[in-house]
Order: sequence, then C-alpha cells, then structure tokens
Amino acid sequence: MEVMPKWADVVLIPLISLLLAAILSALVIIGIGEDPIAAVKLMVEGALGSTYGWGYTLYYATNFIFTGLAVSVAFHARLFNIGGEGQAMLGGLGVALVCIYLPWPHWSLALIFASLAGALFGAAWAAIPAYLQARRGSHIVITTIMFNFIAAAVLNYVLVNLMRPKGSMDPASQRFPDAVHLPSFQDMFSTAETALFRGAPVNVTFFVAVLACVAVWLLIWRTRLGYEIRAYGHSETGALYAGISPFRITMIAMLISGGLAGLMAINNVMGEAERLVLNATEGAGFIGIAVALMGRSHPFGVFLAAILFGFLYQGGAELALWTTIPRELIVVIQALVILFTGALDNMVRMPLERLFLWLRKRSG
Amino acid sequence: MTLMKSLMGAAAGLALTAGAALAEPALIFDLGGKFDKSFNEAAFNGAQRWADETGGSFREIEMQSEAQREQALRRFAEAGANPVITMGFGMADPLSSVAPDYPDTKFVVIDVTWLDAANIRQVGFAEHEGSYLVGMLAAMASKTGTVGFIGGMDVPLIRHFGCGFAQGVKAANPDATIIANMTGTTPAAWNDPVKGSELTKAQISQGADVIYAAAGGTGVGVLQTAADEGILSIGVDSNQNHLHPGKVLTSMLKRVDVAVYDAMKAGTDVETGVFVLGLAEDGVGYAVDENNEALLTDEMKAAVDAARQSIIDGDTKVVSYYENDSCPDLSF
Repeated sequence: MEVMPKWADVVLIPLISLLLAAILSALVIIGIGEDPIAAVKLMVEGALGSTYGWGYTLYYATNFIFTGLAVSVAFHARLFNIGGEGQAMLGGLGVALVCIYLPWPHWSLALIFASLAGALFGAAWAAIPAYLQARRGSHIVITTIMFNFIAAAVLNYVLVNLMRPKGSMDPASQRFPDAVHLPSFQDMFSTAETALFRGAPVNVTFFVAVLACVAVWLLIWRTRLGYEIRAYGHSETGALYAGISPFRITMIAMLISGGLAGLMAINNVMGEAERLVLNATEGAGFIGIAVALMGRSHPFGVFLAAILFGFLYQGGAELALWTTIPRELIVVIQALVILFTGALDNMVRMPLERLFLWLRKRSG
Repeated sequence: MTLMKSLMGAAAGLALTAGAALAEPALIFDLGGKFDKSFNEAAFNGAQRWADETGGSFREIEMQSEAQREQALRRFAEAGANPVITMGFGMADPLSSVAPDYPDTKFVVIDVTWLDAANIRQVGFAEHEGSYLVGMLAAMASKTGTVGFIGGMDVPLIRHFGCGFAQGVKAANPDATIIANMTGTTPAAWNDPVKGSELTKAQISQGADVIYAAAGGTGVGVLQTAADEGILSIGVDSNQNHLHPGKVLTSMLKRVDVAVYDAMKAGTDVETGVFVLGLAEDGVGYAVDENNEALLTDEMKAAVDAARQSIIDGDTKVVSYYENDSCPDLSF
C-alpha cells in the first residue's frame, strides 16, 4: 500500500527540500552581510531573465541530463555508478579524436559519429569496473571512483604529451576544424533584427539530450531489457530465479550508463570548447548523482532536476560576476541543494508520510 | 518547476540592477582562486595596491568552470569595464574569439604571448631564467648534493619552471641529483598542501635538502614540512621568505603584481602588444630580505649575480622547455 499519493512523492518532497535549502542559503547570505532577496533576484534574472541566461542554463542542463541519465540507468539495476566524471572525460577523448583526425563534410554527420565515439569511449571506461563487479565482486562504488582518477591521469598524459600542438603552453588539443562546428541556439534562432542567445554555449546537443531522455524512458519501461534491469535491481535472487543473468544485466546496465556519460562530451567538448581541454567535465559527473536522486531516476525528473542545477550554475556565475559574494559561498548554496534533495531526503519524507497517514485516518 | 515559475514571476519586470556602464577595470582570476598564496593572489595584491593608491575600485570574479571564461570576458566587456585583466594561459583561446568583438575594450592577459589581436596587452614572464638563478642557489646551499623540485599540476608551464631550475642546479654543481615530482594531474593539484607535504617527506628520504616548490597553494605544505624537518625550501611567484624565517632559502619572484598594477594604472590607455618580462626587466628574480640574509653567503650571491648578468647579456642561454618540449637536464 502506498503511504503517500504519487504527487506528494514526486512534487511535494522535492519542493519542500528546495525550500529548506533556500532558507538555509538565505541565512548564510545574511550571515556574511549581503541581501538574500537581491541575491535571489540576481540569480533568477541572470539565469532565466533573458535568452542569454537561458542559453547558459540550458547548456549546463544538457551536461547534467546526460550524467543524470547515466546514474539513473545504473541505479535501476541497483548499481551506483559514481564514475560519470571519468567516463565523460574519456568520452571527450573519443569525440576529440573523431573531430580532429577524420575529415567531415557536414556537422550532422560529424555529430552522429562523434556521439558514437563518445558513447563508445565512455562505455569502455565503465566496462572494466562493471566486469570486476560482475565477475569478481569488487564493489562498483570503489572501482568507478578510482577510475575517475585514472581517467584524469590518462587525459593529462594524452594532452600534455601527445595531442598538445607543439610549443603550446595550454594542455589542450588543437581547435576542431570549422566543419564540425555545431549550430548553437544563437545560429538557429537569431534573426537579423533580434539576436537571441547571444554568446551562449547552448547548442543542438540539447535536443540530443532530450532524445536521450525519451530513449531511456522507452528502454526502462517499454522494453524487455528494461524490465530485466528493473527486476534485477529490485531483487537479485528473484531475477536469478526468473532466468535473468546477473552478469549480463550488470554489464549491459553499466555499458549504457557509461555510454550516456560519455555522450556528454558532444555538448561540452564539441559544442562549447571545440577542443579538448584538461578540465572539460568540471564535476558534471558528480552533479549527475544529485540530479538522478532528485529526479527519482525517472527521465522526466532528471530533465527537470538538470534544469534546476543548470539554473544554480548560471545563477551562481551571475552572483560571482556582480556581487562580492565569494565563490566558496556559491558552492555552499549549491551543496545545500544537493544535501537536502539527495542526502536528507528522509528528513522530509518521514514527517510527510506521518502527516498523510494521520490525514487518512481522520478521513477514513 | 512550479517554484521556478513563481520565482520567475516575482522577478519579472525587474531590470538587471548590475550591468550598468562602468569604466572601471575588471580582474578575472584563474580557476586556482583569488587566495592561492601565489599567482592569483599576486594579481589581487597588485590590483589592491592600485585601488589603495588611487581610491579606485575594480570588478573581479573567481571562476568556477571553463564555460565561464568566455562568459566573464563578454559580460565585463559589455558592462563597459576597461581594461579587462585576465590571468593564465587558459584564457588565451576564449580571448582570441572575444577580443575582436569588443574593439574599444582593452584586454590584458598574463602568461600568454602568442595571440594576434590589436586590443590585447599580452604579458609573459621568463620563468626559466628566474628558476635558473634559484636552482644555482639551491645547488650551492645543498650539503647532500641532492635537491628537489615539486610542481603543481603537470602542465607545460610547470615543466618550464622545473627545466630552468634543473639547468641552474647543474650549472652550479654538475654532479648534483635532481628529484622532480608533480603533485597531480587535476586542478586540485594547485591547492593540495597535504600532498605537497607528503612529497616533501618522500624527497627528504631520498636525500634532498633543498626543495623548490612551484605549485601554487600546494607549496604552502612543502614549505611547512621543509621547515619542520629542518631542511631548506624555495618559494615561488610571491616573496614567501616570511612564511618560515630562516628556513626558506629564497623565493623565485614573478612580478605578476607589478604587471597588474601597471595595467590598472595605465587604465584605458594601456599599451597593447606582447611584453616578455625577464631578468633584465626585473619581471623575474630571486628574493633577498631580512628573513633569508643569513642563509645566502656573499659567495653565493656573487655567483648568482654574475650568472644573472651573463643571461641578460646573452652569454649564458637558459633553454626554455617550450623550444622543443623537452628539457636537457631533467626528464618528466
């Protein structure tokens, strides 16, 4: 029996968590002598008040959709993939190799093959921890997080020693050729009279991210494989009894998960930087965990949570630009949201469940 | 989403309070952060000195992500900030695409010398020359004949520091052994004093008794551990001699503060072009003050000053790591 109606679970709990995080953040801002109302106005105005702001919000959201979906898919099989960061880094390497070393006649072709390469590299990076989990029982949390560090070291080696243009000080690859330039929202929606999304990095990969959401929804709830993944996640012994191979599901779920994380690279590497830089993922892999938790591992929830975190990132950037609120404090605000929506979920859930039980008793 | 919509509604119609025209300079720190005790902090000190002297004010931002590089440049330029001063080689690529869009804004970039634009002042430093001098001092001060180098993140710039240092060590003592370690491969390596401390202990156990830290905030841990263990260390960028008086042999000065101060002082009239500041321009050098006087003998100072003059005159050539992406006296 469900204790709470569905809407309370998916809407009310996240909203109350957000409200608590907002109140605490406001207290912190008051504590350092700034005006919290003005800060919120600046964040909202800067992130959502113009097409420029939306352009950055959606750019960050695109990253978080991919990594959030990656964590979600693995989570349906009760595998906690916290290696999205490393998988996205390697995905970037795959995208960069395709963009630099192959000649492309048109960006659309390049996008398709860069997506494949990014997903392939990401999946390959997830394959080793997945195999170790499935065959050797090495815990996936430990191995995936260690693979993040290995990925950083690999990327550093490749960029500093192999792909860096000779004599360049910057540990980054050369610029991608113009032919693989992805159309940004500015290219797509601006007209001669009105410039929309001016200078913002959001690009056509946002639609790929939306497609990925739909695809993941179809996979998890409308295919046999998705059913097997969910069955395995709910009960390993039950799945085994039903003839589902744990090895196969662990491998497949992790490969899809790593592939989705690797796909992120088409946004940040191919769409934004147009070259491979060392620090390209900058924590999106970890934000993906919070996004998946907040989105209840459902693609639509992930989509909304990713936009919320995109808002926090872009709003935080505007705060940093126009106020003296230090960078560390902006991280504190972002962390509070993660803490309340992810880690402290039960703190809101338990009293709310009790409230609903009490209401039901009264009415019944 | 409901919350966001109501927030949006509340904010609708509000004009963006900030972003009005301001003809004040702007300073964009690199990802290491404003108070890294070294590169960025030197820039902040230079800017603060300008603000104190003139009573002016400046905009500043500490970035959180790569995507913010271009964003910060455009936002400050559109808000009318002039000049816009940026830190670090990471800004080179964004700057080359942003600067042509704002021809009336002057941009200043530190540690970049290879861009082609009319409105950029590019300031580079000959870090290898300064590192060469402190390398000589290290070799002369060492009793064991083994000296250490601890870099921050393993990027070409830090290899450039290490390469100059190694050449200086070999010049003063051809038989010396150089141990080189990098702290890490992620930006966290710029601010990891604990790892710096561990590396210092590891190098001491291999016999090093003078250690040069070119590692941003990580260097604080190196200097601390060196002082605790009773060996000498060498600071970087800012004068760090005062951190542990009598325990820091010297500091390799890189006058980022002067470069930022000069740019702000010149204001909108700042001269554009490429400027490389070496020993001759006092852009780099080694620090002598009351904290380390006792450590440097007259003999050491004489030898180093002779080498300095010889480099300025062109008689001694310090090979730059960038010339062929390798170093004659040290392999990484």
